[in-house]
Amino acid sequence: MSTATVWLVIAGCAVVTFAIKAAGPVALGGRRLPDRFTGVVALLAPALLAALVVTSALADGEDLHVGADTAGVAVAGVALWRGASVLAGVALAAGVTAGLRALS
Amino acid sequence: MTSGCPVPGRRCISWADGCRQWSAWLREASRGSLGALAATHPSDGATRRESLRAGVRAGVPFALAGVLVSLSFGVLAREAGFPVVAAIVMSAIVFAGSAQFAAVAILASGGTAGAAVAAAALMNSRFLPMGVALAPSLPGGPLARALQGQTVVDASWAMAARRDGTFDRWLLFGATAPQYLTWLAGTAIGAFAGDALGDPRDLGLDAIYPAFFLALLLTELRDGRARAVAAAGAALALALVPVAPAGVPVLAASLAAFWGLRGRA
Repeated sequence: MSTATVWLVIAGCAVVTFAIKAAGPVALGGRRLPDRFTGVVALLAPALLAALVVTSALADGEDLHVGADTAGVAVAGVALWRGASVLAGVALAAGVTAGLRALS
Repeated sequence: MTSGCPVPGRRCISWADGCRQWSAWLREASRGSLGALAATHPSDGATRRESLRAGVRAGVPFALAGVLVSLSFGVLAREAGFPVVAAIVMSAIVFAGSAQFAAVAILASGGTAGAAVAAAALMNSRFLPMGVALAPSLPGGPLARALQGQTVVDASWAMAARRDGTFDRWLLFGATAPQYLTWLAGTAIGAFAGDALGDPRDLGLDAIYPAFFLALLLTELRDGRARAVAAAGAALALALVPVAPAGVPVLAASLAAFWGLRGRA
């Protein structure tokens, strides 16, 4: 992989990210969403975040598999549920994952 | 000379016309933007600062966790063959974790530049519905709106959402600012010190990203409906992983939110 490819990818990612983040605010202008959609909007966050969690913890390309990282995330989830801070949660996830990998 | 204007060569409006224009302007001003500004400006400025501060406070824990996430990105980017500067520049101008990880992973596994950018676009596609949701809460012309839209990152967007479906944009800006700074700092540390740290998998750095999103998710599970939608979104995404390209499963999960239409229409 050449350095030129790296910079091409970076430029491409910057442009598409800008366009995607700008699309909604620009296209919709200041118009209000119809009332019935505000309920949908409020539920977007749980739907998207849950999908991000399971895909990043379980998916490896197009395969699903349970690994040390899955266990680490699960332990962090229990700690976070019981009131641990975000920082403690992510540190625990990394620690448990690293520990399991060191053992295996 | 017409209408007895005192200044030679100028066209004067009559006193009566002037009065009519003045009163029309005053009416306009008191009813319209000027009146609104005068009525709300002082308290508006105070709540704006308050929101900004509250945003920064709310963003700091995520910013601290983000150091570890971006550190792992810096290490992975170097491993994939990125120069140190390229890794840092990517974090500075892309500033979208999942897209950056996806693009680097595809390049590292021998994919083309086009495939890497397409994967990043799909990963970021979740920002489309987020931007649509945020849009009514942003003021200004197209450029100003486009720039304000750039401050959307998952944690800030979720925290700035009010229960009535509107967004506190100053809280959004405040929450994103520390996350941007630490995202850069972490990337730099990872890119410079990556070789000394060893294999990121041995350190469990790949578990940090999902744990970070899990922390965000837990703050969203306020009621039964949110929990049901989260479960449905997760199931939908997992079902699509084996058959759809990376990014599509997460975007498709947003369909679960249409549950919100039930009982409202």
